[in-house]
Amino acid sequence: MTQWVLEGLRAGIRTTRYPFAPETAAGVSPGLPAAGELARPDLERLIARCPTAALASADGRLVVDARRCVHCFRCVRGSDTPAPWQGGYEWATGEGTLGKTFTRSLHIRVVDAGDCGACLHEVKQLAGPYYSLHRLGFFISPTPRQADVLLVVGPGTDQMREALTKAYKAMPTPRTVIAVGTCALSGGVFGSNFACGGGISSILPVDVEVPGNPPPPLAILHALLLATGRAAPAAKERQTAGERMP
Amino acid sequence: MEIPVQRHAQCSRRSLHFEIDCQPQRLVQVCSALSRAGFGFAGLIVEEWQRQWWLRYAFHSLSGSGGKILRRTLAEPPEPADFAPLCSSADWIDVLIRQPLTRTSYPSISSEVLAADWHEREAEDLFELTFEGHPRLGDFVLHDVAWQEGLAPMRKDFNAHTPPSERRPNPAWRPQRIVHEPGSFLMPIGPIYGGVSESVHFTLETVGEDVIRALPRLFYKYRAVEKIAEGRAAPDLLLLAERFNGIAAFAHGLACAQAIETVAGVEPPARALTLRVMLAELERLRHHTGTIHDICESTALTVAASQAAILEEELLRLSGSLTGHRYLFGLLMPGGLSRDFEQHSLADAVRAVQDIARRLTQLERHLVTTSSFLDRLEEVGIVTPALARTYGLVGPVARASGLACDLRRAQPYAAYDAYTFDIPQEQDGDGYARLRVLFAEARQASRILGQAVNMLPDGPVCVACPDIPPGAALGWSEAPVGATFHWIHADEQGRVSRYHIMSPSFANWHGFHLAAEKFAFQDFPIILATFGLSAAETDR
Repeated sequence: MTQWVLEGLRAGIRTTRYPFAPETAAGVSPGLPAAGELARPDLERLIARCPTAALASADGRLVVDARRCVHCFRCVRGSDTPAPWQGGYEWATGEGTLGKTFTRSLHIRVVDAGDCGACLHEVKQLAGPYYSLHRLGFFISPTPRQADVLLVVGPGTDQMREALTKAYKAMPTPRTVIAVGTCALSGGVFGSNFACGGGISSILPVDVEVPGNPPPPLAILHALLLATGRAAPAAKERQTAGERMP
Repeated sequence: MEIPVQRHAQCSRRSLHFEIDCQPQRLVQVCSALSRAGFGFAGLIVEEWQRQWWLRYAFHSLSGSGGKILRRTLAEPPEPADFAPLCSSADWIDVLIRQPLTRTSYPSISSEVLAADWHEREAEDLFELTFEGHPRLGDFVLHDVAWQEGLAPMRKDFNAHTPPSERRPNPAWRPQRIVHEPGSFLMPIGPIYGGVSESVHFTLETVGEDVIRALPRLFYKYRAVEKIAEGRAAPDLLLLAERFNGIAAFAHGLACAQAIETVAGVEPPARALTLRVMLAELERLRHHTGTIHDICESTALTVAASQAAILEEELLRLSGSLTGHRYLFGLLMPGGLSRDFEQHSLADAVRAVQDIARRLTQLERHLVTTSSFLDRLEEVGIVTPALARTYGLVGPVARASGLACDLRRAQPYAAYDAYTFDIPQEQDGDGYARLRVLFAEARQASRILGQAVNMLPDGPVCVACPDIPPGAALGWSEAPVGATFHWIHADEQGRVSRYHIMSPSFANWHGFHLAAEKFAFQDFPIILATFGLSAAETDR
């Protein structure tokens, strides 16, 4: 057994400094298209290339609805004028209603409502050494009865509706619902059909939204911090011109 | 860096695909003969095509050669004595039944080809077809507690976007009890259970300590992917193929892209084929590391789980910094890839992968000397080779039970025929055998990446893929969990008329109960982890 003690020590500390310092490692986030100025024909071409209507124009500027972006990269690859692209991960929006009481102990029930597995996988990474959500007082709860947060991934399938509603009703108040991922926000590529609801808000009241397909672990961490009033929400429209994607 | 001889799939070899028109009365005989001849059952593809039912039973040889596809059709199945020459020359055999829409009852082949069991249940639920002799139909994809029988959402007259006007769920539905011993009881688990888990329901029947019957109930996550695919153009189909099971996005996207390319008659450039192999192996390595992490976690060996989680996150970051997306979304397109990579960033990535593979092997060395860990895996969750073959299991689970089937070797695609790699195989069929196969395959993935980066041809990564002509094709790939098959049928306008995904998790969930039964309750999460199954991949 001593080998495991030594192995653990040998690995050292891998945990990100976020939220106390920004995470700068490569590959922690896919980024999102950003708002920007573009010539009208380019603008129209880009908007036509987007399969989920995440891009639109407002007053001749490109605006981005991050809640719809599925990371198909069509607006940056194979396009003569690529859309501006922005890294980062503080993407969560909404209101943190839980307050300071929950700063040191927030219990989270994760529910899969039709997720493709990627969002769920990113939530799993949070418990790993690189993100270690426990250090911030966040804990994954096995039961909704002891959970303060219902973290929902997936577009909200019809056959999960009952289980999801029951889990929500079993939670004590105050409670918060965090919808994680493009599918949970807008239905993503599945949209709205007879078997799946086009987003969690058609089933439950959603307090915090995290865009991304899937959102990287740091974005989910940002949502949890936001829910407890420890971080500010993402700006409503992401104004920065952004950088270019390869 | 020296670039040696360029080899890829644009070879002179031919892959022979037979399509046999068959009358329903001969179906069972033909399918069981193919199954006995060692053909693997890929799946049942039901289509409502030109006012007819087309039921396609797809079989593949376990020793194909890959290459350009040549199609042959037979107007009727050969006589039993003539099966042998057919089976020795064919790479694929589709047994096709064409009948008017009024005929909704067909013989069930699942008593002869057990792998077809769930395929027939799915077709019954989604098309309202009946399979005579099938012991258990109804309540499969569409749960009776949510929908009435007789809905048939995959029929052409069903509109996916207008909800059915009438809903008559059956709230009294209860899982079927099989065990009737005195003192037996049923333990329901799910669909919401454990810490962070996919939504699956299990009914475990027991009389005390041991699980006597373990039935998974899936499709809580049914998103009607195949239904909403209908009417789409080819590139938009890829969006769905990549995103219905995000943790094996590239493998499924690849199978779908290859099907589209076969219909369109497009051959991606050599560089794209090699890059596809590299990305698919990167995904396999990451997926297997994730499964190894889950196995360590299920045995509560925290340090090992953390070590695996470190490697997994490093692979995710590596994928993210190399390709732009941690799960390799948005890379595939019909005709090639959406972007190219610099040689130095590929070389760096492969060096990083080789380092991670080395650390993974180190982790394995520590694990195999930890007796408390091995006690939980050895002789637990056994699937015998005979049962694995009968159930048509695929992927690492099958290879841990003595079946050396791997589509990369059996039906080579992309540029796989250019590399030297082993197909790891174990005979024991227990949890430990599955773990050993995962570690060995992870090493092979790193080995393939090492070869591919040195053999990468120059040139473009994509050729223009025109609007697809009418036609149908099957695309396949060896996903991390096992063989996956994507069927695409395009109509006159080049729009998808039928899209069908036959996934490895679907095949392996069917056989999961074999491993879980007769073992103690506390072994259940461990057995589940060693299977590494995905519900999203099955539910679609």
